[in-house]
Amino acid sequence: MDFALMFNSFPKLLFAAVTTLKLLSVSLIIGLFIGLFFAILRLNKNIFTNKFAYVYSYIFRGTPLLVQIFIIYFGLGQIEYLRSTFLWVILKEPYWCAIIAFSLNTGAYTSEILRSAFQTIKPGIIEAGKSLGISSKIIFYKIQIPIAIRQSLPAYGNEIILMMKGTSLASTVTLMDLTGVAKYIISTTFKPIEVFIIAGGIYLFITFIIHNIIKFLEKKYSFNS
Amino acid sequence: MELLAFGDTGWGDELFRATLMTLAVSITAMLIGFSFAAIFTPLKLSKFKSLNLIANIYTTVIRGVPELLVIYLFFFGGSGAIMFVASIFGYNEYIEINAFVTGSFAIGIISGAYSTEVFRGAIQSIDKGQFEAAKVLGFSKFKQFYKITLPQMLRLAIPNLSNVWQITLKDTSLISVTGLVEIMRQSYIAAGSTRDPLFFYSFAAVLYLFLTYLSMKLINRLELKYNRGY
Repeated sequence: MDFALMFNSFPKLLFAAVTTLKLLSVSLIIGLFIGLFFAILRLNKNIFTNKFAYVYSYIFRGTPLLVQIFIIYFGLGQIEYLRSTFLWVILKEPYWCAIIAFSLNTGAYTSEILRSAFQTIKPGIIEAGKSLGISSKIIFYKIQIPIAIRQSLPAYGNEIILMMKGTSLASTVTLMDLTGVAKYIISTTFKPIEVFIIAGGIYLFITFIIHNIIKFLEKKYSFNS
Repeated sequence: MELLAFGDTGWGDELFRATLMTLAVSITAMLIGFSFAAIFTPLKLSKFKSLNLIANIYTTVIRGVPELLVIYLFFFGGSGAIMFVASIFGYNEYIEINAFVTGSFAIGIISGAYSTEVFRGAIQSIDKGQFEAAKVLGFSKFKQFYKITLPQMLRLAIPNLSNVWQITLKDTSLISVTGLVEIMRQSYIAAGSTRDPLFFYSFAAVLYLFLTYLSMKLINRLELKYNRGY
């Protein structure tokens, strides 16, 4: 055990963890909107929008995240037309490519979580709202969405943790996140176990915090409180 | 389309072999995962707190740390660890372990953590009365497991194991960082030499979709078969 190396690499890895958290939070926020959008499309009676949302989530859940990042980072740059538009400002940055890939990926999973949450809402609740003369728009915003959010908290908590692990793939497109820096230190010092303990410890700490926040929210929004 | 031709002119046969490699790694990893689950599931369900703790550390650490980090640990640390063990027995030459072995072992340990949780849940959802009945009828522990727990556990575990299989299949794409020529690595090579990354990575996505679709179909049939009586 090389304790000096562990001690020296700790601040570097902690600093890299900030990049990981930044990637995670930005893509989760964008992904939540994408997920909500596609969940609403899935619940729509229109067969075209319905199928479109289904195919979207099927493709993004059926392929590895690594392929998605590579298509966006290496693949899209190949299209001449894109290079001439303003989109190129975003697409030439690995940081934004990673965020786009993560957001689309977590959006697909989130849409499935929200869809099943919307579908488990008892029809009686919506009928009660209707019989009280509440408009269907307000029923959706004030009754269905809050219930769906509470219903989907446990599954969404898992998705946040999966996404946090997914951000490690940013290191494959030259971003120096926690895994990227850990790999750099390992490949220069050839001390994998020491670095793994520190980097893995930081990841576990983040997982632990996310887990407890979700637990707290679940308790706060549960029926019986 | 000529990019996908078989033979020397296209990448068809290379990609076909890479797909078989992905399948081989996934199946090996899944089997290694099952053997880890066979060790850690009893520990999880054990009466002893210390054994529970060991199993909980395994599943928590593996499920809380990114797969890529675990793969780097095995990639950079694997041959070092083997050489250390070999040096105890007096063998001091350099040993390099094959990328296939490291990769399937790393993915296997990850998939094992998920399988452990699945088997634990399946065993816990079997009615307690059945174990008591087995005890009353004088079944030995082994016979009880083999005749009562195992058949029901497998049936209950199939839907969740299909999720673990999908996760494992997708995780094998990460082994490409160690240089093992599976779908992702082969697409990377092809994209580099033809300067057509969009086509090859999209084709890789199609291959993965095909594999997940096919395995879903097979698992659904399996599920139907084992749910006959229900």
